[in-house]
Amino acid sequence: MKFAVIVFPGSNCDIDMYHAVKDELGCEVEYVWHDAGSLEGFDGILLPGGFSYGDYLRSGAIARFSNVMKEVVKAAEAGKPVLGVCNGFQILLEAGLLPGAMRRNESLKFICRPVKLKVENNETMFSAVYEENQVITIPVAHGEGNYYCDEETLVRLKENNQIVFTYHEENPNGSLEHIAGIMNEKGNVLGMMPHPERAVDELIGGADGLKLFQSIVKQWREAHVVNA
Amino acid sequence: MYKVKVFVTLRESVLDPQGTAVKDSLHSLNYSEVSDVRIGKYMELSIEKSDRPVEEVVKEMCERLLANVVIEDYRFEIEEAVAQ
Repeated sequence: MKFAVIVFPGSNCDIDMYHAVKDELGCEVEYVWHDAGSLEGFDGILLPGGFSYGDYLRSGAIARFSNVMKEVVKAAEAGKPVLGVCNGFQILLEAGLLPGAMRRNESLKFICRPVKLKVENNETMFSAVYEENQVITIPVAHGEGNYYCDEETLVRLKENNQIVFTYHEENPNGSLEHIAGIMNEKGNVLGMMPHPERAVDELIGGADGLKLFQSIVKQWREAHVVNA
Repeated sequence: MYKVKVFVTLRESVLDPQGTAVKDSLHSLNYSEVSDVRIGKYMELSIEKSDRPVEEVVKEMCERLLANVVIEDYRFEIEEAVAQ
């Protein structure tokens, strides 16, 4: 399975994402610059965190019109796994691949620390290796992670089990219903504020994020590899 | 040529933590008469005349990029620029 890490001007978690996939997960991975016209040959698309285009106008608002985003939309429509972390999540929201929007953290502060998450849905291609309701620790690092959507959308998210991760015990940013990560209706596009790529090695504070990447690979192997 | 002023603010139904912080600061300066503060963005656009009505073009720009209509409202004012 081969992953693409999309690099926008201002991405700053792309190297962590690359490291997580290559060295910890053991899969093929390549950086893809934001003006690329094709994502052919990639089985999974990763949108890393950072401050694409300096967060000008709104987080993700400019990046969403990058050339490569047309290809990301195509990959999503083709059912390929698309994961957006932090700024990557914000870009997916702006692109309309996921519903809702981000507000500034309730505290108005940039927060950067490990938080506890609850796996609300472990029957997804991003969470199948976790236990149901498992509590995991993954770091957050954001100033605008206060997820919002209207009531109608929230009802839909709940009905379709699209809420994959919630903040456990303490909500760091004021997000609606403690939402930390949601997926699209089809279940192949996930956006989350916490950084699983920063939690892939016990040596640097925990490896709870690795299972997310392992889940993607597991699902892909089951679908594409004979006798997997 | 048109001069267009675009104002973008968070929707009434969306809590504005920046506005709340500024309101609290105004209260601490004894401006107790302030009941609400909403923080927004202000943009000035210079737009050449085209075949399409400028209102229609600006509205489309707001919907597609300048505002995120999930959480933001927008309004705009259009002036015809006087040639210098």
